[in-house]
Amino acid sequence: MNAHAQPQDMRTPLKRVRALGSAKSGAGHWWRQRLTAVALVPLALWFVWLAVRLPHLDFASAHALVATPCNTLLLILFTATGFWHGQLGLQVVIEDYVHTRWVELVLLVAIRFLAVAGALACALAALDVWLGVY
Amino acid sequence: MSHSRPLSPHLSIYEWRITMVLSILHRVTGIFLCGGLLLLAWGLLALAASESAWTVFAGFCGSWFGCLLLLAWTFSLLLHLCNGIRHLFWDAGAGFAKSEYLTSSWVVVIASVALTVAVWMWVMLTGGAA
Repeated sequence: MNAHAQPQDMRTPLKRVRALGSAKSGAGHWWRQRLTAVALVPLALWFVWLAVRLPHLDFASAHALVATPCNTLLLILFTATGFWHGQLGLQVVIEDYVHTRWVELVLLVAIRFLAVAGALACALAALDVWLGVY
Repeated sequence: MSHSRPLSPHLSIYEWRITMVLSILHRVTGIFLCGGLLLLAWGLLALAASESAWTVFAGFCGSWFGCLLLLAWTFSLLLHLCNGIRHLFWDAGAGFAKSEYLTSSWVVVIASVALTVAVWMWVMLTGGAA
């Protein structure tokens, strides 16, 4: 017979470490940061290749350069992935250096909202440039 | 509560090393590049809005302050890109020997400076900044 007192929690320590781990979020953040990083390697190189041509262009030529299906698609991918990667990175910086809890929380929410708004704005603008009539 | 004890990052207790300089620069350039994304968003929205909006955007980019920002953003993007690739190698478990990470540090510095110079040479040679 077991002489010990009944444990209050019958779950083993394995329950607490499995999936979420001590950081409460598992490797999800780490993995998303790497996935977006890998995607951004070719996207950023492509963006530099596109951006170096923009300074010489007037409105009509810049418009024409962006307004191709391929460039529109890549711009949307680059900006969406960029805002996502930026949000993940800023999140770590805020968590590391902002020691006042409510300020930290406000900033974490703000960068998420900004990232979604920024990515959406870029996608809509790129689509408008591609599909809009000028 | 007393704040007399040093909170992270307490950098003053360490000698400067290229590895820590790159680690700090990776974060600083990452934060800075978020601002670059906002500039890109402005440019795209201006391009979608009207010619006059684009002219305002192009005027800002062509000003001395705009050019300085663009130069800094070019270098930030290329350094964060090169150092990010270095990080991905580390994630795969490669490049942790002391000689390896010291060499890769300097490869990142030289490559990002060389690429920044190359990009701006190209921009200048093909017609000058806006």
